Amino acid sequence: MPISNYIIFCLTLFTIGIIGVLVRRNAIIVFMCIELMLNAVNLLLVAFSKMHNGVAYLSDKSSIVGAEAQVFVFFIMVVAAAEVSVGLAIIVMMYRNTHSVDINFLNRLKN
Amino acid sequence: MNKLVYLIPLFPLIGFVINGLCRKSLSKTFISVIGSGSILASFVVSLVLFFDVKSGGAMAVKPLFTFIQTATLKIDFAFQVDQLSSLFLLIITGIGFLIHVYSASYMHEEEPQHFGRYFAYLNLFVFSMLLLVLGSNYVIMFIGWEGVGLCSYLLIGYWFKNNNYNAAAKKAFVMNRIGDLGFLLAVFWIINKLGTVDYHQVFSLAQDSSKHLLTTFDVTAITLLLFVGAMGKSAQIPLYTWLPDAMAGPTPVSALIHAATMVTAGIYMIARSNVLFSMSEFTMHLISIIGLATALFSATIAIKQNDIKKVLAYSTVSQLGYMFLGLGVGAYTGAVFHVMTHAFFKALLFLGAGSVIHAMHHEQDIRKMGGLKKKLPITHITFLLGCIAISGIPPFSGFFSKDEILAAAFAHNKIYWVLGVAGAAMTAFYMFRLYATTFLGTFRGTHDQEHHLHESPKAMTYPLIILAILSVVGGMVGIPELMGGHHKLHHFLSPILVSEKVHEIEHNTEWMLMGVSVAIAAIAILFAVNKFSKKPEMQDAEGLAKVLSNKWYVDELYDMIIVKPIEALASFFKNVIEKSGIDGAVNGVGKFVQYSSRQVRLLQSGQVGSYILFMVLAFALIILIWVNDGHIYRFLTKIF
Repeated sequence: MPISNYIIFCLTLFTIGIIGVLVRRNAIIVFMCIELMLNAVNLLLVAFSKMHNGVAYLSDKSSIVGAEAQVFVFFIMVVAAAEVSVGLAIIVMMYRNTHSVDINFLNRLKN
Repeated sequence: MNKLVYLIPLFPLIGFVINGLCRKSLSKTFISVIGSGSILASFVVSLVLFFDVKSGGAMAVKPLFTFIQTATLKIDFAFQVDQLSSLFLLIITGIGFLIHVYSASYMHEEEPQHFGRYFAYLNLFVFSMLLLVLGSNYVIMFIGWEGVGLCSYLLIGYWFKNNNYNAAAKKAFVMNRIGDLGFLLAVFWIINKLGTVDYHQVFSLAQDSSKHLLTTFDVTAITLLLFVGAMGKSAQIPLYTWLPDAMAGPTPVSALIHAATMVTAGIYMIARSNVLFSMSEFTMHLISIIGLATALFSATIAIKQNDIKKVLAYSTVSQLGYMFLGLGVGAYTGAVFHVMTHAFFKALLFLGAGSVIHAMHHEQDIRKMGGLKKKLPITHITFLLGCIAISGIPPFSGFFSKDEILAAAFAHNKIYWVLGVAGAAMTAFYMFRLYATTFLGTFRGTHDQEHHLHESPKAMTYPLIILAILSVVGGMVGIPELMGGHHKLHHFLSPILVSEKVHEIEHNTEWMLMGVSVAIAAIAILFAVNKFSKKPEMQDAEGLAKVLSNKWYVDELYDMIIVKPIEALASFFKNVIEKSGIDGAVNGVGKFVQYSSRQVRLLQSGQVGSYILFMVLAFALIILIWVNDGHIYRFLTKIF
């Protein structure tokens, strides 16, 4: 499958994420959109890594060039999982305080 | 003996330091002993030096250290003892000592702290004056020149709680500064042309016609600028107005600074530079005209003044005018002679006036005096002697010096003589108007004042007596050969003066001139005494007299043509340039920052969504600029 398909798919996902962050007010949706963007980038990383490795593979069957990214992605996913737990915890705390998950309620931090 | 010369200014300097620093802790007695003692010590050394010079000790320059050294110019801090400076040293320290003693008594009501300040200033003044006279080059003279200006300011404004006095002090300072600028420019000019400021070198280079270092224009410009300096310091038209105002200071200060010493600095400077001045015909003419004009002008003002000190002040200006007339017609000896005799009788008159003011409890208006003859016998006698001396009645000192100047003026231009005699007649008239109104007739003050009238203490009367004796016999050093004298002063001073180009006048003519001037002065005296002893002028003056009593409205004129425009300019700068220009710019920056931050603040809405939007837009912009092989970036750098 040509790399351009991956790129277009990732761009689409990323754009959906951005638009979701920009237009939605529900904190959980926004959070999900952020995850979407993260995963779009993750996917792109994997795709490029495979493409890179594929090029090297043609000349040397045992080449592991670009294969590191396949491992990186797992790290990123683990970190993202941790981040999600922190983020969700924040949203829970926010809900407890304001009885709402609308991010526009957070513009009065000073009080 | 010349090794001792540095002691002369050192003593007053030490006195200044002690009195100035310890004024709060020392007793008045101690302060006055230090103050007067230091001057007495200087006087003794000056006396020794004087006799040393007189007995044929050659002119000596005593360098102390190098003051300024550059590749092309070397200025020594050196003292020069010769006939002229040793004579001035005697006048300054001698009369200065008497006035210090007098001051100790006159100022006894002051608080110790201010008393100490007063004596510190006096000592500093004497120090500066000695520096001025002793310096062997123009730069040292300038240091002293500035020093006396400063001390004059400090002493005129001695009673600094009175704002009028402060204004008078400032006026004196500013007027002097104008003159000082002329002096300074002259010194620069000399350095530029001759590369030295040392008197000997300047004069010998200037006279050396083979080298052509100075053109006629240079000499004229230098001498004119020096004369501007002398105008300021010696109160000549148009810079004389500070001197009468300077009467705001304590009376002994008026005697010391504004009569006997400081104002003669200009005369000293011109006499010192006589070589240069003799080279410029034009300057000499100008000096004699200015001198004569000042002499007449201020004499007319003095006729209608009612403040005892103001009369004397204008009389000082007038006598200084005579000295400049003498200088202008080339009679340097006559001018220096008149400086000396004038120092005697003017110090005497001022101290006498101080004694009167003291007795009258600080009343200075002569219309409220009268009949003081009986109550103040010593003051009366000495004051009378001073008046006779200044009026030029033989054989008192003023006669000889004034006659010498007038004779030289006659030889130069007969009109000068006529006007000079007219001035002398006015001098006699206003002095005896002052004398008659103050001492003769009946007392016109309050009963309380009459009750408290008393002769001054001995510390004040002894200086008066000594000065009176000097005023009477001081002329003996300059008896002209016509009268069988030898004119010792002339012979004494001749080594340092260029040969005076005074045309010889016939003896018969000279006798006649003397006779005429004395007769006119005598008539003026009789007229004045007759007129004012019984019935002094009490009513306000009218017509010309009113103009005279208002000093020809010169102060008002200066106020109108100089002070007011400057004030208007200043207020223009203050209200327009400062307010809308400078303040506008400074406040404008502040306002702009405030306005723009108020606008930028709106971006910080707290809406997370808008932050993210900005972030995304910014990223998009950055990517847009940097991708595409930097095309957009290059495009942007090209346009901006």
